[in-house]
Amino acid sequence: MKCTIGIDLGSTTTKAVVLDMQENVLGRGITNSRSNYDVACDVARTEALLDARFNLFRSGIVGFQQIVGDVDAFTEALRQGFRLQQHLETLRELESTCGHLAGILFTGQELEKVKALYDGVFGAMVIEAEQLFAIDAKRRSDFFRDIAGSSYMKLVDLAAADAGLSFERLLGVYDKAILLVEAHVFKVDLTKVLGLSLRRALDSAGVAQEAHAEFFDVVHHVATVDLDLVVTVGTGYGRARLPFPKEWIRSEILCHGLGAHATFPNTRTVLDIGGQDTKAIQVDGDGIVTSFQMNDRCAAGCGRYLGYIADEMNLGLHELGPLAQTSTSTVKINSTCTVFAGAELRDRLAAGQKREDILAGLHRAIILRAMSLLARSGGIDNEFTFTGGVANNAAAVDALRKLVEENYGEITLNISPSSIYTGAHGAAIFAVREALHPTVLDRVSDKTNEAVLAGGTL
Amino acid sequence: MSQNLDVDAKPSIEKEESMFVQKKMIADHFDRLANAKESGKKVVYTFVPGNLTELMLSFDTLPVLPEINALQAGMRKMSGEYIAEAERHGHSEDVCTYVKCDIGMMLKGNIGPTGQKIPDPDLLLLSYTGCFTFLKWFELLRDRYPNCPVAMLHVPYQGEGEYTPEMVKYVVEQLKREIIPKFEKVTGTSFNEGALKELLANSALAENDLVWVLEAAKNPVSPIDSYFGGVYYIGPIFTSFRGTPGAVAYYKQLRKEVEARVEAGEGPITPDGPMGEQKFRIVVEGPPNWTSFREFWKMFYDEGAVVVASTYTKVGGVYERGFRHDPEKPLETLAEYCLGCYTNLNLPDRVGMIANYVKEYNADGFLMNSVKSCNSFSSGQLVMLREVEKRTGRAGAFIETDLVDPRYFSASNVKNRLESYFQMLAQKRAAAQAEVMA
Repeated sequence: MKCTIGIDLGSTTTKAVVLDMQENVLGRGITNSRSNYDVACDVARTEALLDARFNLFRSGIVGFQQIVGDVDAFTEALRQGFRLQQHLETLRELESTCGHLAGILFTGQELEKVKALYDGVFGAMVIEAEQLFAIDAKRRSDFFRDIAGSSYMKLVDLAAADAGLSFERLLGVYDKAILLVEAHVFKVDLTKVLGLSLRRALDSAGVAQEAHAEFFDVVHHVATVDLDLVVTVGTGYGRARLPFPKEWIRSEILCHGLGAHATFPNTRTVLDIGGQDTKAIQVDGDGIVTSFQMNDRCAAGCGRYLGYIADEMNLGLHELGPLAQTSTSTVKINSTCTVFAGAELRDRLAAGQKREDILAGLHRAIILRAMSLLARSGGIDNEFTFTGGVANNAAAVDALRKLVEENYGEITLNISPSSIYTGAHGAAIFAVREALHPTVLDRVSDKTNEAVLAGGTL
Repeated sequence: MSQNLDVDAKPSIEKEESMFVQKKMIADHFDRLANAKESGKKVVYTFVPGNLTELMLSFDTLPVLPEINALQAGMRKMSGEYIAEAERHGHSEDVCTYVKCDIGMMLKGNIGPTGQKIPDPDLLLLSYTGCFTFLKWFELLRDRYPNCPVAMLHVPYQGEGEYTPEMVKYVVEQLKREIIPKFEKVTGTSFNEGALKELLANSALAENDLVWVLEAAKNPVSPIDSYFGGVYYIGPIFTSFRGTPGAVAYYKQLRKEVEARVEAGEGPITPDGPMGEQKFRIVVEGPPNWTSFREFWKMFYDEGAVVVASTYTKVGGVYERGFRHDPEKPLETLAEYCLGCYTNLNLPDRVGMIANYVKEYNADGFLMNSVKSCNSFSSGQLVMLREVEKRTGRAGAFIETDLVDPRYFSASNVKNRLESYFQMLAQKRAAAQAEVMA
């Protein structure tokens, strides 16, 4: 089937959205941008195409409701199984890379000790992974780097002293290894891995053996259906890295405007708080941008700020908002400088203020900066759509809702659960338009076309 | 302004005859400055807006323009070092970077753009036309050259959007009672009205040609970039050469070149050669960033954007409203010139000027380049942006850079905003065309 893809290469995460030619969302994918945009782009695209296949699977088993009960839950189980297989394979790669690097950095008896330590550590990481990807399990992060990093640190910290090895040196091995592992895009045998995952999901749901074949037929279909990517449009900070013709690269302003319009057609003002920039965008009834403002020169108060705060507090990013929501008395904070975030936090804690109250103050400070940018761009018109990763943070949303009401009165505030994908969604719509009314394809050499479309099917 | 722009700076611009003419004028001027003490010429430090060049030249003095030296240092990648030197001597990070660059350059020996030493001033002439930093800057210069006499001309601000006969009289009185006597004392010569009149007549000739050149951007294919190219064009007239036969000849030559481009339907020449398709016509408010001048320009021409009008090229004189130096009323004309400088206009007048440019030059949009370290002119620019949008129906863009502090030019951010802006203009244009088709 013909489809298009929009890829948003952000400073923190890279997102991809796959659409069919009627602009329906088929799938979404996200990964950390790491130090390599090319790989991030490839991984996000692969993830979005996979997601599209899972969604096709879900449509394919709607008729089997009586067998599996909740179709969504069963699809999720399949997804988790697949994620586990993916995770385990990456873990094997990490183990072998760490082993290889250790062979360079350690010698003699010390090396033997490291090998023995790694046997234990990676064995434990496999067991932990199986628990993390159990159906209904909650994870602090979905990114391999975060999950593996925190397990490795914890397990190595425990074992290094007993083995008489330096924790710092072993941490150095991990730091090098993760960069190499992340630069590698894993190509999986879809039919095989999906098959394994399906068996796990079927067993877990207690589906009778005689009904399995029908499910395997669906899996076989979704694993082999040709997802033909006809146009890819790139946006976001890393867009200049993409090997696309200039016309296939769009500013994130236009993409966020259009993406917000596609999700909420009455949108007139869009606020996007991403990793390192905040955008205030005004759009007309067709999703065409009429005015915009972005933060200048300084990324204070953007998503990264929350990331630093989470690290300082040893919390997952997703845990910040809920903790801030338990605040009973918001602390007033003026500075939103990311670099000063740690000092600000420690200073407040030392002054005896509660973590949740400080966090509530930090969220409010971020939103105050965004309010200033919104005012710059022309204010807030009804309806108002909040996008970007920070829109998933309930405490930020609370602060925004309050300040919008105080400053602009009653305004409809739209937030989509997929808000982080808004830019990629807009890019994918541009891609559909380009596919239907090509302005560039004729002018692009066959060679470039091949490069652009490479990896288009999974 | 660009009097001292080194037209040989790398990467080199494809040169036309007028550029060689300007280069020679500049080189000769710095030679004269370097030999001032030997030749007995007196040196006057002054600023571009409201400069009294004809009066200075009538006394046979040599002008030095500190902000030109600063922007030159910016283009030559020296300003960062000079600013650091000024900061080491206690100047804050938030002070106007022209000031710090100038002070830093003096602290490091006052070597000008041609590598020759700039002589100490014999007179500090402060023509105050709206920028309050100029006052503080000259206090610093006075402190540095304690034996140098200071002459200050106070030019009343056009708070009501116009100047009155009383204001002209007030400035003329100061010229008579304060400025001219100081010149007479410093040079030991009497005021020569005949010489001044002759210079003023030359000024008007050059001004006619400059206006013609800048207004040539109204052509459907603009033969000039009125900002990035414009800063070169205003060089001689805004600085040490207005009133000289050399400046008259320069503008004749420039006009001839631009006329030829209009006739051939050609666009401006950029550092990468003749500009291709002109997709966007833009008006710009605010000075350019000098430390990344070429990079900044490239962000425009790579996207097919040509600047058709800019307020910055009016900072040393707004001629399109009809003002010309008039030899028949020499002191009044100097007063009117000072009163009419862009820096002396109030916010509504500046808004009106930009809005008119958008209409008269058939621009697709306009850009505010706000200067981080300029407290005088950056304030109010967002309000101006909204007002111009309202009056013209065209969307404006806003970026923040700096004059000569390389730390405040974030190329990727500026590029990102400009690309987004141009894409927005293209999207709006496509939507408007689709509506017409429907």
